[in-house]
Amino acid sequence: MRNSGAVGIFARRHHHHPLEALPWLAAVAAYFAFPSYLPLGAQILATILFALSADLVLGYAGIVTLGQAAFFGAGAYTAGLLAAHGWGEPVSGLLAGAVVAALIGLLSGIVILRTTGLTLLMLTLVVASMLYEAVNKASWLTGGDDGLQGMQVWPIFGWFRFDLFGRTAYCYCLIVLFLCWLAVRRMVHSPFGRSLVGIRENIRRMHAIGAPVARRRLVVYTISAALAGASGVLIAQTTGFVGLTFLGLDRSGSVLIMLIIGGVGRLYGAFIGVPLYMIAQDRFSEIDPVYWYFWIGLLMVVVVVFARGGVLGLFERFWRWTR
Amino acid sequence: MAGKVALDLRFRGGDGKSACPLNISDILSAAVTIAFNGLAYAMVLYLISVGLSVTMGMMGFVNLAHGVFAMAGGYVLTSLMSRWGVPFLPALLAAALIVAGASIPVERLLYRRFYGGDDLDQVLLTIGLVFMSVAGATYIWGPLQQPLQPPAWLNTPFDLGFRSFPAYRSFLILSGAALVTALWLAVERTRFGARVRASVDNLRMAQSIGIDTSRLFMATFALGSGLAGLGGALGADLLAVNPGYALQNLVFFLIVVAVGGLGSIRGPFFAAILIGVTDTASKYLVPEFGAFFIYALTLVVLLWRPNGLFGRA
Repeated sequence: MRNSGAVGIFARRHHHHPLEALPWLAAVAAYFAFPSYLPLGAQILATILFALSADLVLGYAGIVTLGQAAFFGAGAYTAGLLAAHGWGEPVSGLLAGAVVAALIGLLSGIVILRTTGLTLLMLTLVVASMLYEAVNKASWLTGGDDGLQGMQVWPIFGWFRFDLFGRTAYCYCLIVLFLCWLAVRRMVHSPFGRSLVGIRENIRRMHAIGAPVARRRLVVYTISAALAGASGVLIAQTTGFVGLTFLGLDRSGSVLIMLIIGGVGRLYGAFIGVPLYMIAQDRFSEIDPVYWYFWIGLLMVVVVVFARGGVLGLFERFWRWTR
Repeated sequence: MAGKVALDLRFRGGDGKSACPLNISDILSAAVTIAFNGLAYAMVLYLISVGLSVTMGMMGFVNLAHGVFAMAGGYVLTSLMSRWGVPFLPALLAAALIVAGASIPVERLLYRRFYGGDDLDQVLLTIGLVFMSVAGATYIWGPLQQPLQPPAWLNTPFDLGFRSFPAYRSFLILSGAALVTALWLAVERTRFGARVRASVDNLRMAQSIGIDTSRLFMATFALGSGLAGLGGALGADLLAVNPGYALQNLVFFLIVVAVGGLGSIRGPFFAAILIGVTDTASKYLVPEFGAFFIYALTLVVLLWRPNGLFGRA
């Protein structure tokens, strides 16, 4: 069979490309190369999962959301509350957090995905604000402004303790991220994933050819919520803390920024944008955490005005230019 | 994020738990308090949000950074008054004018190229600006809230016979009402207003009958930002002026616009009253729920009418 032309491209696009191993090799290499930065590394890996979840709704389903932190925080608080009330088993906590986040995604999705455009954008923000306010006011349960106190996370499978150097945390996050990435990758290349792109590109035509647009949007919204929840759980379990910032608008905003720096709708944008953002944040924050927001804001403006498509977009342009 | 509204319910003693009025006069007194404070809050919300409504409806631009202009108004007012001793009224005027002037280069250099474009670009651009404003305001004014010292003539309570009202908020309501009247008259009666209405209704048609929409956009944007600056300055007492202002209050401004109807000039006024009074009432009667009811109300209204109360389908 000839693997050329359009058919060939479609037939090959779901095969694993050697380049795709690169982020994973880099992640494994980082484990050995930077042993003193493993806690930061674990945060980066967990945040990549968060950005991946945002890429699914934003890059594939075309839903611009300002409420992704709602699911992140829902997962984190679920696992945090379990761990603070005597059930610190991490893997079941991870599943519980993902399920709760997915439920919130499903319920809010049923309600808000009926709208489109600006109204939808605002409703995502409203849902997140609602959850924020609920958690803030239920301080008898969640600790409110002070954050949740007293999380006790048990060793994974009763064996691997979360150590001070972040070794277990790093490996745990890496494995969870890898499994989620495999699932997401499979999904976006499936007919379901292709139909999502169709919905993003031309929703009217998808309606016309009889695709169940509303159901597909709801399904992807729910899956994305579950992934965001899992990401929140990872951060909560590895840092042993959950606070209101997990639910804030700045978290929803900054995940979009990380994604845009890497490149939206490409599945790998998260792997580039998140490390760049978080390493830069770590460096800058040592100098002054306040300036960091200024520079990231400025960078955002520059990226939107001059470099749409992020780092991967620049690579693509360069690639086309050289041929 | 949201709900850092310093609602000062001055007539009530106790800790806020005394939520059950027992007799008629208590109920009436509570109702008057809620209506009064809710109205003051609504004026601030409307002055700030009306420009956002027009930017979204006419130019098709999601300006998440609109709160930055309101915050700038608050900072200009408090700085002019405390550092340079400028009297209150001239400082108010200066806040509106300076913010309006400063908004023009922002519109010409940045916003203009994204009108009617991709939502995501607009969201990212304006979130970037919000982040810059947070850092910029911290750098210049520090992380603490800027206090507003109203002039002496606004410190004495305003006596209506059967009860007295705090003067500053009475002033807020009266001046807000005057501004709203002036704005609506301008939109209905002047040539500029007619152009704005034409462009909101049908942009292409407005262009083809020779309205210079680019300049109109600039003027409208400056006017909307100036009003936001004025609203932020007048409301410095209600919405605390601090570096996180644009981020904390964003959801309220967006709610007012979404509930009122994008592009509408009157819609946000009624939405602001609805939101302002509901928020005040829920904070007064059931403080343990915070801003929760506002969000629920918004959700219900937007499900019932996705284009807002006064938006067109």
